[in-house]
Amino acid sequence: MSLLDFARGPALQWAAVIFVIGMLWRTVGLLLMLRSRPLSKDRKSGLAGAGVKTMFSRFLLPKVFAKRVGFQFLLGWVWHVGFVLTLFFFQVHVLFFKGVFGFSWPALPNAVVLPVAAVTLGILLILLVRRMTNPMLRYISNFNDYSSVIVTLLPFVTGFATFTHIPALAYETLLALHFLSVALLLVWFPFSKLFHVITVLPSRYILGVKFWRRGVEA
Amino acid sequence: MTRKELTLGERMQARGVSRRAFLRYCATTASLLALPPAMAPRIAAALEAQRRPSVIWLSFQECTGCTESLTRSASPSIESMIFETISLDYHHTLQAAAGHQAEEAREIAMKENWGNYLVLVDGSIPTGNMGYSTTAGESNIETLKRVAEGAAAVISIGTCSSFGGIPYANPNPTGAVSVSDVVKDKPIVNIPGCPPIPAVMTSVLAHYLAFGSLPELDHLNRPMVFYGQNIHDRCYRRPFYERGQFAESFDDEGAKKGWCLYKLGCKGPTTYNACAVLKWNEGTSFPIESGHGCLGCSEPNFWDAGSFYSPLSTSTRLNAGTVALAGAVGVGVGAAAGVAARARQKKIKSAPAKAWTPTKAEAKAEEESQ
Repeated sequence: MSLLDFARGPALQWAAVIFVIGMLWRTVGLLLMLRSRPLSKDRKSGLAGAGVKTMFSRFLLPKVFAKRVGFQFLLGWVWHVGFVLTLFFFQVHVLFFKGVFGFSWPALPNAVVLPVAAVTLGILLILLVRRMTNPMLRYISNFNDYSSVIVTLLPFVTGFATFTHIPALAYETLLALHFLSVALLLVWFPFSKLFHVITVLPSRYILGVKFWRRGVEA
Repeated sequence: MTRKELTLGERMQARGVSRRAFLRYCATTASLLALPPAMAPRIAAALEAQRRPSVIWLSFQECTGCTESLTRSASPSIESMIFETISLDYHHTLQAAAGHQAEEAREIAMKENWGNYLVLVDGSIPTGNMGYSTTAGESNIETLKRVAEGAAAVISIGTCSSFGGIPYANPNPTGAVSVSDVVKDKPIVNIPGCPPIPAVMTSVLAHYLAFGSLPELDHLNRPMVFYGQNIHDRCYRRPFYERGQFAESFDDEGAKKGWCLYKLGCKGPTTYNACAVLKWNEGTSFPIESGHGCLGCSEPNFWDAGSFYSPLSTSTRLNAGTVALAGAVGVGVGAAAGVAARARQKKIKSAPAKAWTPTKAEAKAEEESQ
């Protein structure tokens, strides 16, 4: 079995199995946990609406922090949009999903996706360097932060190398490395901070409700 | 079978091949082997002076497609002349002799040319029940070992003898193996392909005749000059790949416009062969030019590397069923974890409040701080 055969076959299959099991295990487990009851009387009504509002209000940049976090906020937005576009709308990725699920959707032209992917990769690198050089960010960062960024970075790097056929390695080796980097991301995803994909909105909801109970608009 | 009294040059003259045509062949061979043009006269001189070397062609688990490919090259071609001018002392399909006479011809050729003859093999070698494939009551593996022992080199013709090919495909009922799995102490050249390109076979022979050595080989023992680049890099449809213009089916607008066949499962990017350069049928075309993706037939295990019609960017094992099964397991594990967590939460809540007691590490830290 060649490296590519292994990457396209067992590696990706088992990585996807671990990903799905891990994501559902943690999601269902968290949902079933008991919630703490508030010890004081609610100061306001309409808790659910306040929670939903907080879920989405945090997508916008608060004016008061605009100068301080504007750069990171903007880069975060562009990075996430770029990631989604590259993952779900690059032609060969659409083919991959069609191979798994049996259906597909329209893809974006390469001329659009490739620059988007390049910008996305660049932003991730900037954010990684910033995390390593900014004293405050460095202080609050741990292994999980760095490893999650690097594991997310690898599929972009190997993907670009594969598409452009960099002459350093044979195409099949590059393609295998790309698949393996995706497999690593899938395995790492449920058990790292990347799991925020699932927890970010419920967390905001709970935060919004808690604040609202205390009469604070968040 | 004729014997070998005349040189190749004399034989060609006798057959009416002009000096100009012969030199053109030598120049073409030099070009195919990526040798400098100055080497053409040397090839010509070497080939002209060559006495016909003895060649023994062994056919095992094969379909005769490789022989068909070689013999059906443009006729009469200078390549076929070269082929005729080697002393092909044993070949099941092409020899006139049969039965014991055929086997006797092989024995004589081996005895007279011990240590100097070439062995060409097409077909894989069964290692399971020897009855799967025998010749004159002898198993293929015994024949190969015995004949290869006195050979100067072994050339595996086609993917079956090079890598096992279709007989080797899962579940490999005959226990098929390649020549290199059996012969360990002789130089081996693999010329894979299903079948290989005729010019590649004759050029490797010409190289051996002209220089007395085998051409530079890659990590799979394939001649670098023919297998050094993948088909994708030399494909005339490559610009469409770069632009992301793909045929979605074999009869859609993209297919009619000659767009890239990647989405239809073309294995050109991972297949190393000279099809896109040398082409077939006197340079007429090659599979991609005829509208079908490359199957990757010159690569090991090409038969088991997923569907011919699945793009390379897809997984060969992952499917919706696997995802659904993993999802069900994930929900079950999550539910169990959730129930366990609830029980623990309840236990903690119902337990009477205890005074905080520091751990050993915390106590030590506190002592040190004081």
